[in-house]
Amino acid sequence: MTAHLGIIQAGPGLSLQDLGRPGFRAQGLTIGGAADPVALYEGAALLGQPADTAAIEMAGSGGAFRASGDIRIALTGAEMAANIDGDPLIWNASHLLPAGATLTIGGARNGSYGYLHVGGGFDTPPQMGSRSSHLSAGLGRALQDEDSLPLGQDEAGQVGMTLTPVTRFGGGAVRVVSSMQTTSFSQDTRDRFCQTQFSRDARANRMGVRMDQPGDGFATEGQLTIVSEVIVPGDIQITGDGAPFVLMYECQTTGGYPRIGTVIPCDLPRVAQAQMGATIRFEFVEMAEAIALQTRFLSELKSLPSKVMPLVRDPANIRDLLGYQLISGAVSAQANPFEEEN
Amino acid sequence: MSDWPQIRTVGLSGILVSFADKMSEPANRAALAFRAAVDAADWPEVAETSTSLVSVFLQVDLAEAAPDALVEKLQDLLALSDWLNAPLPAGRTLWHVPTVYGTELAPQLEEAAEAAGVDPDTAVRELSTSRVRVLTIGFAPGQPYMGELSETWNIPRQQALTKSVPAGALVVAIRQLIIFTNASPTGWRHIGQTAFRTFRPDASKPFALSPGDELVFPSVTQAELAQIRAKDDSGNGGASSEALT
Repeated sequence: MTAHLGIIQAGPGLSLQDLGRPGFRAQGLTIGGAADPVALYEGAALLGQPADTAAIEMAGSGGAFRASGDIRIALTGAEMAANIDGDPLIWNASHLLPAGATLTIGGARNGSYGYLHVGGGFDTPPQMGSRSSHLSAGLGRALQDEDSLPLGQDEAGQVGMTLTPVTRFGGGAVRVVSSMQTTSFSQDTRDRFCQTQFSRDARANRMGVRMDQPGDGFATEGQLTIVSEVIVPGDIQITGDGAPFVLMYECQTTGGYPRIGTVIPCDLPRVAQAQMGATIRFEFVEMAEAIALQTRFLSELKSLPSKVMPLVRDPANIRDLLGYQLISGAVSAQANPFEEEN
Repeated sequence: MSDWPQIRTVGLSGILVSFADKMSEPANRAALAFRAAVDAADWPEVAETSTSLVSVFLQVDLAEAAPDALVEKLQDLLALSDWLNAPLPAGRTLWHVPTVYGTELAPQLEEAAEAAGVDPDTAVRELSTSRVRVLTIGFAPGQPYMGELSETWNIPRQQALTKSVPAGALVVAIRQLIIFTNASPTGWRHIGQTAFRTFRPDASKPFALSPGDELVFPSVTQAELAQIRAKDDSGNGGASSEALT
């Protein structure tokens, strides 16, 4: 019989996501998919399965889950407190979730979107080639209490694997290339845009992230009327109130607001994962540099499976491994959790 | 030499070919015809293509395929034809979509007629016999922007938003019509109601319309629409279609 993952209690922003639904832009549907696709690659590497395997995306907080059989899970993206029947779990790692045990995932401590992956993936019926919910388009829905999700056949068997997450948490410098209306903004405005310390506004979702700043808004010279044209994820729209709005994968396909620039794809997860209050700066780079950065990023994603390491070097010698906080800021960064055993 | 068409990169996501800086029938036709030509060229680096009102977007991973070579190919293709005078691509469809004008189903017909400076009967006569083309699809999946209506219908959007019009609502502004995909707030005036579903996610053909298709919205009574709703669960809302050659 197919194993199921039951949702005992769902946080408010839980949805099934994969790498999205390409190919429908001409009909008004953007790709959608995980807000932080890097997390899908990491989860897939940890479980030894394809990166387009669907996972549960958890916006801000997790929930409580129970499986009908012994299953493998992996946790990636925004770090959240997690435990199985009270035993704490290490984030960015794979674990065994025994049948009937309760997996509890709390609020995000660093980042915005956490991911729960399962061995074999979720076997819900795909719609138009994808299992992603695209809520703004009316595809799929948010996951709820008492949902029961069928799981696919799990081929590989390892758990207790970990990897160092690709750098993308806590905001920081975000690289941008010129876009279609960049030069409609004066050089002064563009300079000020790059000098401003932005923070993620509370008005952020899978369609876009509004940026907050202390000073005046940004505006183009004079009244710019733009005929609606294509929007791509990463475009930074300047809306009527002058606040930049970074568009994400679930954005609309076309729009008429001027775009001051476009975040390059490899830095978009940094925008998605910036938590409330994290500082973001925008930095223009030339096209050639953007291409080089993106190429390096793609090869990093491809090499993730080779970076997966056993969580414990010699499990027989380590008691209470699950009790160690290997990643959380709750322990000193200098502390070596393995020290006392040496 | 003219500033148009323009070829520009769009982030690292692709290349945009624009035929004008504002909506016009020839520029829209150029975009539709040029997209068909790009699709026919079947360049391996192009993942998908789409049009907005007056531009064509080619989705290309510019980290994998640097833009220069593609820009050159686009310039060659642009030079092959006078795109502003190009015929529309083949394979389009003409739809007749039964529509209730006015009544409580579409409460802003009279207001729209007033804004257009005609009486309601004239408004219905004009709107129900105008043949419009899908200029572009966007905002919501499968949602068509259709035009252009006569100059009479060059009416502005409302100052305030209508909180919500239902799926299938026919709305008007700036010489264009929209059939709403989902219930949505709008600044356009709700003049007609159809049972036509533009997006059918579980159907084998999820999108009813394509850019370039043409539509007419013949007037039916509320009773006729109710009958259609009761009988037709295909999503077509009683619409008939024929191939355009």
